[in-house]
Amino acid sequence: MVTTIGRIALSLLQYLGELATLVSETCVSLVVAPIRWRLVLRQIVEVGWRSQMVVVVTGGFTGAVLAAQAYFQFSRLGMKSAVGSMVAVSMFRELAPVLTGLMVSGRVGAAIAAEIGTMKVTEQIDALRSLGVHPTDYLVVPRVLALLFSMPLLVAECCAVSVLAGYVLGVHVLDISAAYYVRNMLLYAGPRDLKMALTKGLVFGIVIVFIACHQGLKTSNGAVGVGRAPTEAVVNGSLAVLILNFFLTFALNMVFPAGV
Amino acid sequence: MISVRQLKKKLGAQEVLRGVDLEIATGETCAIMGRSGCGKSVLLKHFVGLFKPTSGTVWVDGEDITPLPERKLGAIRKKVGMLFQSGALFDSMNVEENIAFPLREAGLRNPKEIRDRVAEALEMVDLAGEQKKMPENLSGGMRKRVGLARTIVGRPACILYDEPTTGLDPIASDSINHLIRRLQKRLSVTSVVVTHDMKTAFHTADRIAFLHEGRIYFHGLPADLRASQDEAIVNFIEGRSGESS
Ligand SMILES: Nc1ncnc2c1ncn2[C@@H]1O[C@H](COP(=O)(O)OP(=O)(O)OP(=O)(O)O)[C@@H](O)[C@H]1O
Ligand SMILES: [Mg+2]
Repeated sequence: MVTTIGRIALSLLQYLGELATLVSETCVSLVVAPIRWRLVLRQIVEVGWRSQMVVVVTGGFTGAVLAAQAYFQFSRLGMKSAVGSMVAVSMFRELAPVLTGLMVSGRVGAAIAAEIGTMKVTEQIDALRSLGVHPTDYLVVPRVLALLFSMPLLVAECCAVSVLAGYVLGVHVLDISAAYYVRNMLLYAGPRDLKMALTKGLVFGIVIVFIACHQGLKTSNGAVGVGRAPTEAVVNGSLAVLILNFFLTFALNMVFPAGV
Repeated sequence: MISVRQLKKKLGAQEVLRGVDLEIATGETCAIMGRSGCGKSVLLKHFVGLFKPTSGTVWVDGEDITPLPERKLGAIRKKVGMLFQSGALFDSMNVEENIAFPLREAGLRNPKEIRDRVAEALEMVDLAGEQKKMPENLSGGMRKRVGLARTIVGRPACILYDEPTTGLDPIASDSINHLIRRLQKRLSVTSVVVTHDMKTAFHTADRIAFLHEGRIYFHGLPADLRASQDEAIVNFIEGRSGESS
């Protein structure tokens, strides 16, 4: 029992150490190597632009059900007009970053791990190195920059769509007064909530991309390994998002306190 | 050009190389032969720092590359080109982009010059006109030849060939053999050719090294290898497994 716990703790520490190494290598690369903007741009299209569909659907439906549930509860208390602020605050502060993180981890993390993993087992990474190109410069840095840029935008998009969906459902379907809905929303949700959303999004983006790149780069064992890499990237990425979110909520609550 | 001293390499629990000593002079072609799985590819990868030795040193062009960190190896790798056994083409790029990659990395920007150099390299490996194909649509032998074109296009001073003719038809392998010879004669490229193919070895090599049980078992002139009476070598050359039916 004790040895099992010890072993798990050790492998966790080793994993974090490997991630830290990759992060520091990336920082070195950002300083010493020229940035390949064409690759960054291509990755932004790949990870950012093409992720919009999932993020919009996620945001829209979550905003709408949240509005519906809030309405069912609040209407009994005669607080229907609070639905808007409830949707906005919970989406901005928690749900939009977390759900976007999970979706991006599933879509982008998996793709990154699979692509880099395939390159690893087919010796393409060795070929890069043999041509004098550092794999971190060529593969990791463009993806990190692309997610750094895209993730906050995706979270913002998710927020916007969810608030809109909540509004449409609340005002046009559930018959809440539009003026009260908006007034209450603006009263209780503000820029601090958006800042929290964007900060979380940024952190999640960084975590997801490093976990995925690391998983890809350490792939071995042929097709079996390539099959496993995306799964592990998604599982680890999603867990990291959920766990980090917990701590970020408390930390960021001090910086951007909730409520009026 | 390349000098290996007491090179040992452990991969996992397996001791693949157990003290390799090898000198490859500038301008010569050295063939490395040995049974499948005896560590030829692993040895070759040490020459460009793709593997770090467990112990021992590797000197390339008068410099000990063993302690160099990845980023410092770039300069050596510009001088030493490597053809991978699998070709190792970048599968997100077509043939032309693959071959142009080392040129672009070397800072070449002029599109016409790049196009011409790529065409010239493709010509050398008998694949003229295949620029636009994707690697997945090439046969194994074609992939290897594109890999070879990518290796030679940057005109390195030393080229490491990992089984350049395995999987090619006899005519294509003959033309690759001539290409290796030609590169050595005209551009005085130092070459290391890993191969199982007797024809390639005897046609291209000035000297042959025979890797056996993790060490260089024989290193000398092709004629001496042929004349050798040693059992391991004779069995290898004549393709005898020692089994009888
Ligand atoms: N990355 C690696 N990790 C662990 N073991 C490896 C690795 N690469 C090679 N090996 C092992 O090292 C040994 C030598 O492999 P290597 O690829 O050098 O053989 P080879 O002589 O090139 O054979 P072939 O002629 O079939 O290409 C093999 O037993 C192989 O299992
Ligand atoms: Mg091999």
